[in-house]
Amino acid sequence: MTETKVSGAAPTLVVEGLKTHFFTEAGVVKSVDGVDLCVDRGEILGLVGESGSGKSVTGFSLLGLIDPPGRIVAGSVRLNGEELTTASEKRLRDLRGNRIAMIFQDPMMTLNPVLKIETQMVETLLAHARMSRADARAKARDALGRVGIPSPEERLDAYPHQFSGGMRQRVAIAIALLHSPDLIIADEPTTALDVTIQAQILAEVQTLCRETGTALIWITHDLAIISGLADRVAVMYAGRIVETGSIAEVVSGPRHPYTHGLIGSVPSRNQRGHRLTQIPGMTPSFLALPPGCAFAPRCPRASAACTAMPELAGEGHAVRCFHPMNQPQGVPA
Amino acid sequence: MTAAQKTPAAGLVPKVPVISARGIDMVFLKKQPGRLDPWLRKFGLPVAEPLGVHALDGVDIDVMKGEVVGLVGESGCGKSTLGRVIAGILDPTAGTFRFQGRAYDEMPPQERYRARVAVQMIFQDPFASLNPRKRVFEIIGEAPLVHGLVSKDKLEDYVDEMMLKCGIDPAYKQRFPHQFSGGQRQRIGIARALAVKPQFLVCDESVAALDVSIQAQIINLFMDLRRDFDLTYLFISHDLGVVEHIADRVVIMYLGRVVETAPTEALFDTPRHPYTQALLANMPRISTGKQAFGQIIGEIPSPLHPPTGCHFHPRCPFATERCRAERPMLRPTGPNSQAACHLIEETP
Repeated sequence: MTETKVSGAAPTLVVEGLKTHFFTEAGVVKSVDGVDLCVDRGEILGLVGESGSGKSVTGFSLLGLIDPPGRIVAGSVRLNGEELTTASEKRLRDLRGNRIAMIFQDPMMTLNPVLKIETQMVETLLAHARMSRADARAKARDALGRVGIPSPEERLDAYPHQFSGGMRQRVAIAIALLHSPDLIIADEPTTALDVTIQAQILAEVQTLCRETGTALIWITHDLAIISGLADRVAVMYAGRIVETGSIAEVVSGPRHPYTHGLIGSVPSRNQRGHRLTQIPGMTPSFLALPPGCAFAPRCPRASAACTAMPELAGEGHAVRCFHPMNQPQGVPA
Repeated sequence: MTAAQKTPAAGLVPKVPVISARGIDMVFLKKQPGRLDPWLRKFGLPVAEPLGVHALDGVDIDVMKGEVVGLVGESGCGKSTLGRVIAGILDPTAGTFRFQGRAYDEMPPQERYRARVAVQMIFQDPFASLNPRKRVFEIIGEAPLVHGLVSKDKLEDYVDEMMLKCGIDPAYKQRFPHQFSGGQRQRIGIARALAVKPQFLVCDESVAALDVSIQAQIINLFMDLRRDFDLTYLFISHDLGVVEHIADRVVIMYLGRVVETAPTEALFDTPRHPYTQALLANMPRISTGKQAFGQIIGEIPSPLHPPTGCHFHPRCPFATERCRAERPMLRPTGPNSQAACHLIEETP
């Protein structure tokens, strides 16, 4: 429990060629179209993309939470070597909340408004472990204390509406941590929170991952959060990963024109008062994706070659582009 | 006017305040006085005291012509309320408010009417702020027609021009709002505000709901329009990065009070108030190293029961006995800068 990071050990999660498509009346929406991910024990992976890039659907797919008309059509998701895409619903129920947990953007989505916090936490504990109610309550109290909720003993008897937004999100995180899962998927958990509260939660999450060795996938649209929090980052565009690498590599030398544009769009003091680099156009509709590289119509470097689909190429710092940017550009450290 | 005594930070900013507010109070009553209350009092029965939320507590703010003022604070600090008071949507409970040096109640009706039109607001949610049953042409064209800024036969061209200025293809003017994306809708909202030729725009979290790449487009649009139409902005945001980029001067609010104001460079280089320091330390920045988050403890207190003295004292690492008892007033801390903290030496 106390060891920090195990290098060389098998990764906690390996995703290969994951494809999640939605079969709607208007056509097939390829929300996730060939995603490869790999997360080590205790590692924080940032999954960055704009709305409609397929980042949340990727998160839901890992947990097998895709409802019709959506379906995982190809690929494999292996948690500690166990295949999840073909696992039975019963096995998935055993894993969810136990070995994999999810934190959502809106904590009211995870918390039942008519049940006390204690009831909800004890329920989660007893679903996956044999213990007495008193033990479960004690464990729940400790979990609340660990995420920085003051007077956890009294707060167990409170209802979700009696908490502020930040505190509710802490409760949701405490519930996610109850069984010390191997993997937590956090889908924009601090987007709705204020700066100081967000910082408190990011600090808790950093410490908890380091201490418990839990792997974390942090899904967000905010590159600034990821750059301060994660070890590695994967940038998604139109259902595919377009660039992946360590934070330092990607932020200081983005190779994909989209990543480069994304970093340039973030207002920061280096370009105060100047025009922000803007990516022309908008995210394409999944129903009308251009052939080949989906970013080509918005890309300043696009050529005739871009009508074919580039592969994600490169060791460590990989990029899916025929005309990658070579010289490191972007924000100085 | 106190504003006239201030020295502008750069030679660029002229000295005429477009908007000048002094001691603005805004109290929202949680319980409205009941109709039976006089009877209850008459018979000596207990009357529930109306519980007030002091959304704004003695706020002073000046916005000079051509300036972009960034108003920053966390949820519940009253920044949107202040924006609405300035835009004339809410009437403040107390305080004086001047537009180009004149109070609204001193103005003759005709002039007051023009002053109200000169201040326009752009809202956060581009989905909620446009009438879903109206076509873009009506949304943008209605107000200038009503206010007599354009004649009916020239309206078509006028709307086209506004749409072009805001980066929307005029060919789309017969469409409904739902046929546009979030970024385009925000552009329609901006075109609607610009159509009445305002001098002053209140932008309430106008880029918060947009994706990063779209946000950059809209920020650039705001900066272009400022140059083309000689506009003045009050830019309300919780996002320090956006404010740092666009604003000339920043006002930081906490629980209904202004705690610090300074030119952008000065505020981000040397924040004086402990709250500002905490905000800046916790602001996520794009960097290649891991950031140490969370140097500030505690929750934002409820505005229903604000702490005594300095509102920030329960979370402040430097709080003293005096901070618990006495409210600090805004005092000058440098050129064009003020902060409300007992621990800061006054440097006039």
